Amino acid sequence: MRRGRPRNSTPPLRAKARRAPHLRRKSLTLTVLCAVMVVYTLLPLAWLAINATKSQQNLFDSFGLWFKGFGFFSNIGDTFSYQHDIFGRWLLNTLMYVVVGAGGATLLATLAGYGLAKFDFAGKKAVFAVVIGAVAVPATALAVPTFLMFSKMGLTDTPWAIIIPSLISPFGLYLMWTFSSEAVPAEIMESARMDGAGEFRTFFSVSLPLLAPGIVTVLLFNVVTTWNNYFLPLIMLKNQNWYPLTLGLSTWNDQAHTAGGEVVFNLVITGSLITIIPLIAAFLLLQRYWQSGLSAGSVKG
Amino acid sequence: MTISRRRGVLLGATALAVALAATACSSSASSGGSGKTSSGSSQAATVTDADLQAALTAGGNLTVWAWEPTLKKVVADFQTKYPNVHVNLVNAGTGNDEYKALQNAVQAGKGVPDVAHIEYYALPQFELTKSVANLDEFGAAALNGTFTPGPWSSVQAAGGVYGLPMDSGPMALFYNQTVFTKFGITTPPATWDEYIADAKKIHTADPSVYMTNDTGDAGFTTSMIWQAGGKPYSVSGTTLGVNFAGDAGTQKFATAWQQLLDGHDLAPISSWSDAWYQGMASGKIASLTIGAWMPASLESGVKSGSGQWRVAPMPQWTAGGKVTSENGGSSLAVMKASTNQKLAYAFLKYATVDEGAQTRVDNGAFPATVKQLNSPDFLNKTDAYFGDQKINQVLAQSAAEVAPGWSYLPFQVYANSVFNDTAGKAYIGSSSLADGLKAWQDASIKYAKDQGFTVK
Repeated sequence: MRRGRPRNSTPPLRAKARRAPHLRRKSLTLTVLCAVMVVYTLLPLAWLAINATKSQQNLFDSFGLWFKGFGFFSNIGDTFSYQHDIFGRWLLNTLMYVVVGAGGATLLATLAGYGLAKFDFAGKKAVFAVVIGAVAVPATALAVPTFLMFSKMGLTDTPWAIIIPSLISPFGLYLMWTFSSEAVPAEIMESARMDGAGEFRTFFSVSLPLLAPGIVTVLLFNVVTTWNNYFLPLIMLKNQNWYPLTLGLSTWNDQAHTAGGEVVFNLVITGSLITIIPLIAAFLLLQRYWQSGLSAGSVKG
Repeated sequence: MTISRRRGVLLGATALAVALAATACSSSASSGGSGKTSSGSSQAATVTDADLQAALTAGGNLTVWAWEPTLKKVVADFQTKYPNVHVNLVNAGTGNDEYKALQNAVQAGKGVPDVAHIEYYALPQFELTKSVANLDEFGAAALNGTFTPGPWSSVQAAGGVYGLPMDSGPMALFYNQTVFTKFGITTPPATWDEYIADAKKIHTADPSVYMTNDTGDAGFTTSMIWQAGGKPYSVSGTTLGVNFAGDAGTQKFATAWQQLLDGHDLAPISSWSDAWYQGMASGKIASLTIGAWMPASLESGVKSGSGQWRVAPMPQWTAGGKVTSENGGSSLAVMKASTNQKLAYAFLKYATVDEGAQTRVDNGAFPATVKQLNSPDFLNKTDAYFGDQKINQVLAQSAAEVAPGWSYLPFQVYANSVFNDTAGKAYIGSSSLADGLKAWQDASIKYAKDQGFTVK
């Protein structure tokens, strides 16, 4: 009993030790293939991290995958102070678009998906057909018509032009619909109703916890889409003060394409690194949930 | 990102189609309207200088879309001089991005700026869709002689003047003398034959070094054809012709450049990419034949090349020749939708003709005005980056030798966007440049027909 090892850590360790030789024997080629893929995936990230430490001049003078000089902190300082501290503003804008847009889109998708999956009402098939149809239309193709519509409403060049379209996520709705039909058994809802819970009570106390993995998955998809959104802000926004990071960094990059423009590749690279850190953090924090959410509904069509 | 941009261009093109259909209707309704082309210029001026002065004194708000870096200082000075005017200078994107935004705004009928920065090659598109104001009304025709001939002809079209030239790009050969010397080239090539021989010499001696880079650049190609005396585009109203296959200048260029393509003597690096700057910094790209606006970009982007670079006249097609062409350059235009066109034009004049022109030159822009171009201060300025060479003398000389009579298509922005899918194939070796240009011609003609142009 007293072996100085926490008791609850023993079973997984033993299980791993037992399974390991079996695994190694079975998939050497697979392991090698995975290693290659890992290197392939991480190489651009490594490149980004390494080059964020270089000055503009050293970027040109040195090998791309090794260090030369260390200007990481001065690069970060310059990134935030360049053009009157606008980078911080872009960062906050992006956060706002993600919190309000992606958060709102997830909420709406959850409510609608659940409603479609669990309740019968007239026109349900029509709604469903519209959703499926909407999944097929690329957001880019809708951007210009959306612009024309928003322009009539006087919403272009305001944050609403980014937030309102971000709230619509047909793919998220579809995913939540599939997920709800699988994850929330009708029996549980029945028994909740028997116990006297109203529909809202049933949704929040009984169904919502069951839907959590699906919600996290949809949230992650929406966060990534909104965080990386480029084309919509490009055509909607003219005022740099409302730019998200993607658009802001692209204008810095474009300076190098302009006669007489200031070339600031070091700031673009450092800014890009700062831009992807929150996304990586979100994935690491939420991966447990979204892994189970991603596969849900994929077995039974 | 590239994909969404290209798609954006196509969507923008759809907007052009809609606008063009409207144009075609209106121009056929007033057939013979093109007849007042030349006579209209002088008679149309209805706004006097006093009116402009009154507008400046009265003041108001102006929105200017531009990405040109020196305009910030111009706007600041302008507002100091005319305190009642407030200018909102917006960077709505560079080049294509801005044109797309402009088209969207014009189509929506809302959010159109008063003044827009438009490159010469894109200006015809906005003239044709009647998005920019005819400046003859404000007396722009009287500015004839103020600007050098290349830029001045670039802002004119049937019926008037549609923008005021802001900068120009007469071409010259920018070369890294240190690299040239290393490979035993003592004098820069004066003709394209010499240029090709030198390119092969450099690349043979060290396969990692190239005379220049080119992965297929529509702007460069048209500038080269322009210098070779080619006139592949003919435009008259909504009737146009595209003819690369039967154009002597085009064939001259294609034959010469094919030699470099066949020998893999061109660095496979796209202009304006980070690899491009890196190639110049490391001496792997030895020269550029490019517009006169290049010095500011070299000094900012290739700091390590300081003291090594020089400027020579553009190589010629015939020994002893003196013919150049323009590469790039841009204008400021007054948008038709502007509600304060008088004030907008007053700003245009300030920025391109009056004090603004000098401010911009002082901050590194290449002038389009005769006065600034010929001023002794400008011509005698030495530049440590170029080994104290008086580079402006070479560049100003080029501005005076630009071949006349070139015109771009009214949808050059679209045409350039499909260059790499057609002519670009020659650069990866899957067709000859002549065939590639023919494919570009076919794609342009097809688009013209789809848009309702009459193709002759």
